[in-house]
Amino acid sequence: MAETLSATTLRDISGDASPGDTHALTLVVEGMHCGNCMRKVERTLAAMPGVVAARVNLSNGRAHITTAPAGADREALIEALRGVGFKAYELAESTAPAHGAYDAAYLRRLGVAGFAASNIMLMSVAVWAGIASDMDASLKTLFHWLSAMVAVPAVAYAGQPFFQSAARALRARQLNMDVPISLGVLLATGMSLYQTTRGSDQVYFDAAVTLLFFLLIGRYLDMAMRSRASSAAQNLLGLRATAATVLLPDGTTQRLPTRDVIPGMRILVAAGERIPVDARVQHGTADVDESLITGESRPRQVGPGDVVYSGTISVTGMLETEAIAREENTLLADISRLMGAAEQARGRYVRLADRAARLYAPAVHLLGLGTFLGWMLLGYGWEPALTAAVAVLIITCPCALALAVPAVQVVASGRLFRNGIILKAADGLERMSEVDTIMLDKTGTLTLGEPRLVDGGRIDDRRLARAASLAAASRHPYSRAIVAAAKARGIPCVAAQGVEEIAGAGLRHVDAEGETRLGSARFCAMDEDAGESGSTLWLRTPDGRATPFHFTDPLRADAAEVVKRLSDAGFHIEMLSGDGRAAVAEAAQAVGIAHWQAGLKPGDKIARIDQLKGEGRKVLMVGDGLNDAPALAAGHASLSPASAADISQTAADAVFQGERLAPIVESLLVAHGAQRRALENFGIAIGYNFIFVPLAVIGLATPLIAAIAMSASSIAVTANALRLSRQRLGRVSGRLS
Amino acid sequence: MTALAWTIPIALFLGGLGLAGFLWSLKTGQYDDLDGASWRALDDEPPG
Repeated sequence: MAETLSATTLRDISGDASPGDTHALTLVVEGMHCGNCMRKVERTLAAMPGVVAARVNLSNGRAHITTAPAGADREALIEALRGVGFKAYELAESTAPAHGAYDAAYLRRLGVAGFAASNIMLMSVAVWAGIASDMDASLKTLFHWLSAMVAVPAVAYAGQPFFQSAARALRARQLNMDVPISLGVLLATGMSLYQTTRGSDQVYFDAAVTLLFFLLIGRYLDMAMRSRASSAAQNLLGLRATAATVLLPDGTTQRLPTRDVIPGMRILVAAGERIPVDARVQHGTADVDESLITGESRPRQVGPGDVVYSGTISVTGMLETEAIAREENTLLADISRLMGAAEQARGRYVRLADRAARLYAPAVHLLGLGTFLGWMLLGYGWEPALTAAVAVLIITCPCALALAVPAVQVVASGRLFRNGIILKAADGLERMSEVDTIMLDKTGTLTLGEPRLVDGGRIDDRRLARAASLAAASRHPYSRAIVAAAKARGIPCVAAQGVEEIAGAGLRHVDAEGETRLGSARFCAMDEDAGESGSTLWLRTPDGRATPFHFTDPLRADAAEVVKRLSDAGFHIEMLSGDGRAAVAEAAQAVGIAHWQAGLKPGDKIARIDQLKGEGRKVLMVGDGLNDAPALAAGHASLSPASAADISQTAADAVFQGERLAPIVESLLVAHGAQRRALENFGIAIGYNFIFVPLAVIGLATPLIAAIAMSASSIAVTANALRLSRQRLGRVSGRLS
Repeated sequence: MTALAWTIPIALFLGGLGLAGFLWSLKTGQYDDLDGASWRALDDEPPG
């Protein structure tokens, strides 16, 4: 009963229910890790008005929601999830659900091919054993007929992806790997059918179907890899502000989709909200977190007349602004465009497997044709000639070649995943293995990108607890740093009631003892030189005592070590930052980077990468800010920390988690290891050709030999790929030394 | 050799049963969320 129930629920949610009854909605939910999270999210969503059913998919971090015809309030759903501790947003509209369906179709074909291969092999083994002992010719023919009955429909169904791809290539007057594969499979099946009717021994059904089975495994692995990468990218796209609160002339407000906002509209931005479009402030002051654009973690204070940019967040205070650009003309959109252009250039990269196929496919055809003509010229007649040519095609289309790269990629991405690195681009590893220059951003990449309390031990527990009780009411990064420091020391952090936040100044709290302030030097009436006050907060208690809290954006703990390891390995390292000279020089000194540039705009970073490209270097870009996104796309390969701006994570080939930089080294090691394994696999596949192709050409490749050779090479290639999983990888060998 | 007359159909039937089972499980979406399914198995309450 339970099973039928769950099956029905699944079908309802996957959209099979008639569309008139319900609507489907998908939210991306961040931070789900276990069964409890799933249950919490599902229950929260199911309890909301208008929601018929909600089901979480933990693998891709999404919640599929079925709503009543009237629909449910999306904002309310997202808000409810925030209430139970999950950050959620709507999946970007342009999503193509085709991937899942495509995967399933491949799995079906894989299942059919597997069934056919195992059953035909069962009968083939009996026939091979029969050749050694005694088996009547009639029984052998019966087994061949049974094989044919299974093989012909299986080939017709499971081989379609290859046939279709080959047909497309031929129509475009091109050759791809699918042409010899299709030719080999079709000819082998056709020939075997003909030989079966004549009661001959040259029957290759097992080879044809096993070939399809192994090839489908390779294709499926490759596709699963790509669709996982693209679904990760899709999840990241949804995080733009999707609605704006517009103040109408009559004084009422209305929520409008961002794309409908036109310049001149008055937009209200509440504390904690993302600013929907570029706008000029008219009333109010606020601290705006512009780290998305500049990479700088310290918020900028804005007031009337200042321009604020789409995608940035008002951390404190309410702003009334006037829109000055449409959604598609904002700075955010400009950066997206810059990135798109850079990405296109990278799209021209040709993968190793494709390069191999370009050389290999024509060679296979010539060899097959040569064999056929050779046998004809020697006067053996068309039948043995065609049999030999088919044997050549089957042997030279090894599944080993199709499995060579996908198997390695799956093992490598699994290994990276265990180390907290999520590989997003399918060919990212391959590009990463060719890198010889590493370009690092400063804020958020070499540093943690969030302020930390310096020298907190100096402050006594009671003062810290007092400051934390005020800070808990604010979203300002410094406030968060104080709360984090208090928690780290085990001080319970209870938010005080009635804390007032004054934008650009600080926090104020009044209780029976008097007024407590936490904020800038001026706000706390301290005489402090303006230069330092930027990264210092003061706590002034009713008794008049004042304590300074200093903040800094610390370097990642292993930054210097990682830089040293990389430069020892021969990589050329540069630091590119949008920050001021002094800060960049200090950081460069601290981690030991000799080449650095400061005060760069996104376009400057691309220019530098292009310059290096012109010198023939392959650049690995590591960055996090939105200002790095175009450079991430322009680099030969790219990495970004999980704390990065969403658009940067989308642009990067891989995203690493945690507070350490070591994943950069690990990624490079795995990329090199994977490339080595892939090349070895090609070596195995080609070496096997050298042994068996001559046999096939002179007509000695019996069905038994073909079957053994094929399975053995596939197993060898897979086993070689698996070595990557546990193996200790040595030093990265840079090309510069 | 008459044994073959029924062992081969049986072998094919059993193989076919396995294939049908696989296709059914695929169709009902049981491979859509492999991470989540392992947690749902621990959930005492009936799904719904």
